[in-house]
Amino acid sequence: MLYALLCYNNEAEVFSWTKEQDDAVMAKLNVVHEKWEKAGKLKPSLRLLPTSAATTLRKKDDVVLDGPYAETKEQLLGFYIIDVSGLEEGLAFARELTAANPGGAYELRPIMLYNPGA
Amino acid sequence: MSELGWIEPAINAARPQAMGALLRYFRDLDTAEEAFQDACLRALKNWPKNGPPRDPAAWLIMVGRNAAIDAVRKKSRLTSLPEEDQLSDLGDAEGAAVTALDEGDYRDDVLRLMFICCHPDLPSTQQIALALRIVSGLSVPRIARAFLVGESAMEQRITRAKAKIAAAGVAFETPGAVERAERLAAVAAMLYLVFNEGYTGPGGETDARGSLCDEAIRLTRILLQLFPSEPEIMGLLALMLLQHARAAARHDAAGEIVLLDEQDRRLWNRVMIAEGLALIDKAIRHRTRGPYQIQAAIAAMHARAETPEDTDWAQINLLYAALEQETPSPVITLNRAVAVSKAYGAEAALDLIAPLTERLSAYFYFHGARGNFLMQLGRNAEAREAFNKAIALANTPAEAAHIRRHLDQLSAPKK
Repeated sequence: MLYALLCYNNEAEVFSWTKEQDDAVMAKLNVVHEKWEKAGKLKPSLRLLPTSAATTLRKKDDVVLDGPYAETKEQLLGFYIIDVSGLEEGLAFARELTAANPGGAYELRPIMLYNPGA
Repeated sequence: MSELGWIEPAINAARPQAMGALLRYFRDLDTAEEAFQDACLRALKNWPKNGPPRDPAAWLIMVGRNAAIDAVRKKSRLTSLPEEDQLSDLGDAEGAAVTALDEGDYRDDVLRLMFICCHPDLPSTQQIALALRIVSGLSVPRIARAFLVGESAMEQRITRAKAKIAAAGVAFETPGAVERAERLAAVAAMLYLVFNEGYTGPGGETDARGSLCDEAIRLTRILLQLFPSEPEIMGLLALMLLQHARAAARHDAAGEIVLLDEQDRRLWNRVMIAEGLALIDKAIRHRTRGPYQIQAAIAAMHARAETPEDTDWAQINLLYAALEQETPSPVITLNRAVAVSKAYGAEAALDLIAPLTERLSAYFYFHGARGNFLMQLGRNAEAREAFNKAIALANTPAEAAHIRRHLDQLSAPKK
């Protein structure tokens, strides 16, 4: 069975960690990652850059908004990992998807750390 | 992280919002600081027992406000408010506090807190020290260490700065659009001062100084989250990230500055570069250029080049030309001349800086750059003259040593 595990925490707090605190948390997490990756059960995992680096495309009227998707009426239904030259190419991909499926929004959030996994 | 290690980042993260709200409530910086301090002490007692509150900022605001009011009531022998222990299942009470303070209030609270540190009568070192004390909450000894001064001197500096802003008065009305834009610009400049104090201040990039860069980045991120559609704040954050990304490569083992061309680019922090580039992409979409965005774009040209030879100097020249238009300054023209020399040769660079000779005659970098251009053209006698002027104007032994190496090159026998 494939699951996506979505990580939530207080962003202001996590980005207030000192480098030492951040490294310590990552070291502990990596012990868990390695164990599950060796067992072939950990697929791609990643850490996102802060929401201040995010951009949101509102699909119904093609409006590009600064910041993360903030509405609470919709639910997270899926996500893509893309490797593009920058925001504009990312938006171009999002617009092609919009043509195929017009409802809701896409948030483009740059990735800070990417591990392809087992 | 240690057992209670989560409390400090939680308080630090909540501090600008909580202090900003308490300042609006009490309209007095000292009272707000005492209230916040009180709330922190109670958090240290309460949070380990009851777990982290859902919204730490709202918790600190409410408890700080009650504590300060309570102190007044005790003095006047009135009934005290309930202890926060009785409020500790904070679900409802916290919710009420959050609705009372909507997003807009928080936004202007944090901006106001940062803005009072930018008072034009305060010299830049006092603005920086004050921001680190009241916005970041760094201890006086830690700020003193970063500035390489004694604790009592720093204490005095901060006290004097506070007295000055108290005398000047603070505007507590919700700012209009124009005023808000002015405040944002002043705060951006102040945050860049904090960053530069860490980046270039005397004494090099010790840990105490380098942490000022991290702190400036953290505060600018908070500002951008509150004002998400401001391209110049995106530009400022990008600029800081792209410059700070080179920190590990900027000094050699002996602590000497390593020039950009000679830096080991494998030491550059790729995560900071990724965030900086993403922010520039966002800013460009707004099509309103500004000095921070242009400087960030210049830093991005370097970040994108895998080797010094890959650098797109023609594009950097255009960016400096745009920056000259935004904020005309002979120093910017001098920087542009370096790009021109790389893209179009030293002759063109010399032509560009010729009109600056008088205004920059006492500027170390002018004579250093001019000597370099002349040397590239084989005009060695003139180059030597320029380097000698530069040495006489060097600000640090390292600068003088750098120029001396050029002079040695000039007098070395031709192969």
